[in-house]
Amino acid sequence: MERIPILRMGQFLLVTIQVDMHDRLALQLQDDLTEKISEWSSRGVLIDISTLEIVDSFIGRMLANIAAMARVLDAETVVVGMQPAVAITLVELGMSLTGVRTALNVETGMELLYELRGDFHSEMGG
Amino acid sequence: MSKLPEMISKHEEAIRADWLKTMSAATRRSDLMSSEEMKAQSQELLAAIANGTKSGEITNLDGPAWNAVRELLTAISASRAKQGFTTSETATFVLSLKQPVFNVIRKELAATPDAMFEEIWKATHLLDKLALLTADAFQDTREKFIARQQEELMELSTPVVKLWDGILALPIIGTLDSARTQVVMESLLQAVVQTNSRFAIIDITGVPTVDTLVAQHLLKTITAARLMGAECIISGVRPQIAQTIVHLGIDLAGVITKAKLADAFALALQRTGKSVISTDGGNTKKTLFKKEG
Repeated sequence: MERIPILRMGQFLLVTIQVDMHDRLALQLQDDLTEKISEWSSRGVLIDISTLEIVDSFIGRMLANIAAMARVLDAETVVVGMQPAVAITLVELGMSLTGVRTALNVETGMELLYELRGDFHSEMGG
Repeated sequence: MSKLPEMISKHEEAIRADWLKTMSAATRRSDLMSSEEMKAQSQELLAAIANGTKSGEITNLDGPAWNAVRELLTAISASRAKQGFTTSETATFVLSLKQPVFNVIRKELAATPDAMFEEIWKATHLLDKLALLTADAFQDTREKFIARQQEELMELSTPVVKLWDGILALPIIGTLDSARTQVVMESLLQAVVQTNSRFAIIDITGVPTVDTLVAQHLLKTITAARLMGAECIISGVRPQIAQTIVHLGIDLAGVITKAKLADAFALALQRTGKSVISTDGGNTKKTLFKKEG
């Protein structure tokens, strides 16, 4: 069965969606991702959707769900590289993904993750 | 059976000469149109009308017999709309045909007043319809013209300006309606991708009023930009507009708002790790942007 690869980068996970997201694939990703976060005790998840051109409300909800689940497992989720058309579609669908952090590209997304992790340490220290 | 077609065909030359005379007396606009062009147009139109009446359908202009006339009139009024004629001048072009036609009818049927009245009524009916058709076509051309201008205006009025590396500004001039919001949103998001900008400043100094709909449109744009990873700052909120927003109960929580574009720019610079310093210890007014660290 087709799967979306999950790459491990230190304490972060990197997911690049490069195929059309159909519903089963999305659910599979959700399963795999939660599994990996707990297995590797990851602190952050970076989801790159720069090649994703079509979204529906299901995919939108899945992104929000993944972020919420990751949050429960103590990992921050950053969605990067959303296309303008995709952003407009999600807004028109009434999905503002309030719990999800976003960044322009993988580079700024990683910066954001490091920043968030820094906050986490300072919270622990202070 | 009406005698009108017969009479028009028989006296076509006379009617045309009479018509041109009437027109030159009433609505001749030599500044907009040459007399040769006018002559050619009237000859063509009169021939088409004579042809149309031959079909026998004098009061119903929707039939195929009148296709030629309809097309001709549409073309004529379209060209007149572009040349700068007024609506009444264009309609008068057709209506001034009445007198010549009536003259012919009078000459032909002077002996029988009843028949004369009948024919005059039919001719009036026909020419009125043709005049209305002309006016409609004229209006249509004008409206298309206005629609095109509006479109151009909309494209012109939504420029996205790059203020600094990673900082965009979008000065909005005029009322934000649904159609414009779409254009604004698309051009902003496109620019965010192209320039890799983390901050977008939406300046609403030029927006005359902010109601719930405009606020909703703004929030949509901001949410879409946030989804892409860019943060929006609203600037140019006038005191009057701040009051309106509060009175309407619009929730702008989670949106950064600033009174001036300069304030928004300063915030964006600060957030991207840049600051403005004076090069000469504050003695001169020259300032320079410098990246910290």
